[in-house]
Parts: sequence; structure tokens; C-alpha cells
Amino acid sequence: MSHVTLDFRLNGTGRTELIAGGETLLSLLRHRLDTTSIKQGCRQGTCGSCTVIVDGEPRLACITLAATCDGCTIETAESLPGPGGLHPLQQAFMDHFAAQCGFCTTGMLMAAKALLAANPSPTREDVVDAISGNICRCTGYQPIIEAVLAAAGAGPSGAGQPGGSRPGVV
Amino acid sequence: MARRRGRGIASVNYPIGMNLGGDPSQALVHSNPGGKFTVALSSIDLGQGMKSVVRQICAEALGVPVEDVFVDTADSDTGPHCMGSFASRGTHRVGNAVIAAAEEARGVLLEAAAEKLEVDAADLVTDGRGNIHVRGAPSRLITVADASAAAQFEQGRTVSGRGIFLVPMSTPDPETGAMDPVTCYAHACTVAEVEVDDETGEVEVISIEAAYEVGRAMNPRLVEQQLVGGGWMGMSHALWETTEPYYPDRSHGPTDFNQYLMPGPGDICEQRFTILERPAPDGPYGGKGVGEMCSTPPIPAIANAIFDAVGVRIDEMPFTPEKILRALKEQGGAR
Ligand code: FES
Ligand code: FES
Repeated sequence: MSHVTLDFRLNGTGRTELIAGGETLLSLLRHRLDTTSIKQGCRQGTCGSCTVIVDGEPRLACITLAATCDGCTIETAESLPGPGGLHPLQQAFMDHFAAQCGFCTTGMLMAAKALLAANPSPTREDVVDAISGNICRCTGYQPIIEAVLAAAGAGPSGAGQPGGSRPGVV
Repeated sequence: MARRRGRGIASVNYPIGMNLGGDPSQALVHSNPGGKFTVALSSIDLGQGMKSVVRQICAEALGVPVEDVFVDTADSDTGPHCMGSFASRGTHRVGNAVIAAAEEARGVLLEAAAEKLEVDAADLVTDGRGNIHVRGAPSRLITVADASAAAQFEQGRTVSGRGIFLVPMSTPDPETGAMDPVTCYAHACTVAEVEVDDETGEVEVISIEAAYEVGRAMNPRLVEQQLVGGGWMGMSHALWETTEPYYPDRSHGPTDFNQYLMPGPGDICEQRFTILERPAPDGPYGGKGVGEMCSTPPIPAIANAIFDAVGVRIDEMPFTPEKILRALKEQGGAR
């Protein structure tokens, strides 16, 4: 298979890689560049666990040809923590117990990050829509939706508040 | 033709663990010379929070801060044996094994401290903040770290303990078939509210409300996390998921997420829970388990709600529009 060179920015760093023409972005980032936050779930575009952000848009890395990303800016969950610690979305996911096994979490975080970049004050419907391509087997989605809404409420610098009514212990 | 609302109830008595080969779990606890403790397990945390709960249990039994306990579930080849993470058994079985191991390690720790303080180990207590002192005399103290170091560098003791928990195997009485396989039950009651479209056969779950009796909620947020996720799983089993529609024939079975369907974030319903605490006599600090049981009662509750809404009994999962429409046709419509 013919190889081409690919210039792109990955999490703020400029890179040039030699890639095979048919190589997917998932294979390049996860298997060759060790960006292991990207999970390989279904490899056919149905689970969302490989979601990354390409030029501001959420994209499924498993069905994106790396060759189509020449000149692109790519963000993965590795880029989320800032100098001050966790990203507000990460903090909100922790506060809301929005991860169990964690397999979907990085994809959820990237889908949510792309949403909040485009729409800083989403409604619940907007959040549901944004994560509807991401499957979670564990949480029942409710904690994830609450976490994203809380992170949106907290703005870019603050951390989300645990919300919702807790069950009473009797 | 209408959307009809119905409400159904289901209760569950959930046996914690199982009865095969005694269903044992083992734990090893040891302190490093700095006074931090490691719990070695083969038990796996699938995301249900077992590591957090084991950490809490171990810290409580040792009498040290929870931050000073680490849980290592890295390797089932090198860790002490565990039957596995299923049947809501983790908190109960593993928790009990961890208490046994931690108590043995604590005994050594107090012996080491007693030797340093020149007192009887039976007169020592821990303050849960990293100190050991003479009962009633808080100033006569030694830190856990110093006692642990003394044990390992001066006294030649390992600050360690072994624990196992096993429910004796119960076999059926040959005359009556009676057996006693379970020592501990958790309980729940679930009310599901649904709307059934009697034209399309589609079911929408409006709400799930449930009370769960979990023994002791070791970590109420983790219990809640299990209940919310488990409620979703129950709803998914009830209405969506099926591996083999023509079981045991594999044909037309789903092979990917386009065919193996589960409710998405837009399909979830409101869920409300009450947690009841009735400590189990043989549970670790009264704890039972909640992991698997919470996915079960929504299923019969939804089936009963469908019956309440349109009068048909669907007794095969999942309750698909096709099954509901066929039953409605046979019945001559909703009632
Ligand atoms: S791995 Fe890409 S969508 Fe499942
Ligand atoms: S936390 Fe397990 S798949 Fe979402």
C-alpha cells in the first residue's frame, strides 16, 4: 500500500507521520502514537468510544482515514487536564459518578467537549443529542447527562457541582 | 387507538452470592515499613466500585485512615483466590475476607506497638488518624508508621494478615430436596410506570421507582450509581436486548450495535430510589450487595405495567412491539 506523509497537530504538538493510505485515525493515534485514551470498541462507527475532536468537530477515529486529517488539529482526552488540574468536564464526571468501567468515558468527554465548545449553555436535549452516538453499558446515561450539564453551568474555569436529589437512606 | 398508561410492581428477594464450592474469596493484607497497607485480591472491580468499598472496609477494620490503604487487584495469577465479580457477591464475600485479613494484620500491628510502648496489646486502641494509643491515655501513643517500622526493622514481624470467607456448601436433602444455599438476602420493590401504544405495540417507560434494602450502604453514592445503571439495564433487558431471537437457532441473531439494541440516552426514564439499611448479621459491617440484583426487578415490574395498560401478559423477554401486537390481536384489542 502506498504511504503518504501526514502533517497534523495532536494535543497542541505539531507532528509529521508516515502513514499507509488506508490507515484509520484510530490505528494511527492509539496503536502507533500511544494515545490510548482513544478506545477501540466496535471499529465500525457504532459505539462512540473512539470519539476525538478534529478541527473542533467530534469524529469517530475508527472510521476516519488518517489521510483525510492532513493539516488538521486533533484533540484527544489526553489534552483535557490543564495546568490547574482536571478539566471541568472531568471534575464533573467524578462529582456525578458518571464513570463506572470507564470504557466509554473518554469518548463521552470528547463528545461533550465538542458540544460545549459549540454551545456553552446546552439544554438537556442538546446533551442527549450530543452523546447519542456514544454507548455506555454501565451508568444508565443519567449521571453523564447531569455531569455535562453541571460542567456547562460551571463555565470554563470552575468545577461542576454535584447536583440532583440523592436517594434518602433510611 | 391510544397510548395507554399502566403501572406494575415487582419485588425481589435476592440471594447474595452463590452456592457452588462454598463461593469463597480470599484477601491478603500487609503493611509496608512506612505504615501504608496493601490489600491483595484477585477480585475484579468492573467499575462497580469494589475497590473503593474494600478500601473503606479495610481501613475501618485496621483502624487507619482510608488514604493509607491501597487495593491491588492486578493479577488473578498472583493474588489470593476469588470466585469472581458476579451475583452481587463482592461487598459481602470479599468484604468479609478483607475484615478477617485486616484483623490479623491489626493484631500484629498492636503487638508491635505494645512492645514499643511497654504495655499490653489488649490495652491499645487506634484513633483512625494514624495513631495507636493506650486506652484512656491518648498521649501514650505511637504512630502506625512507627509501629510498622519497628515490627519490620527491629522485631522481625511481618505486619500482615490472611482472610477467607466461605459459605459452607449446602446439598439438597435426598428425601425432600430442601437445601439452604444462601445466608444473606437483599430485597427490593420496584414500581414501573409505562405507556403502551396499542397501535404500534411500543412501550415507553415513564418512570421507575424503587426501594432497595442493601444491608448497609457502605458508600451511598456508589450504591446509587449501581441502582441508576442497574435500572437502565433492567429496562434494557425488558424491552430491548436479545441475543438470539430464534434461540437456540443462531440465525438472525444480532452481530453488532446496529442490531443488538439498548436504550440510548434519549430513551431513559426518570428513576427514583430509596435505600433501606437493615444490616446483615453475616455481612461486613452489615453490608449485603446490590450490583446484579438491581437489574432484575424492573423486568417483571414492566411486564406487569404492560398488563395493567393493555391487558396482555408477555412472558418472554424482550417485550417487543411484535409480541405485544400479536397478543393484542389474540385478545381482540386492549383492555
Ligand atoms: S470504535 Fe469507533 S465507533 Fe466504536
Ligand atoms: S462507564 Fe462503562 S461503558 Fe460507560
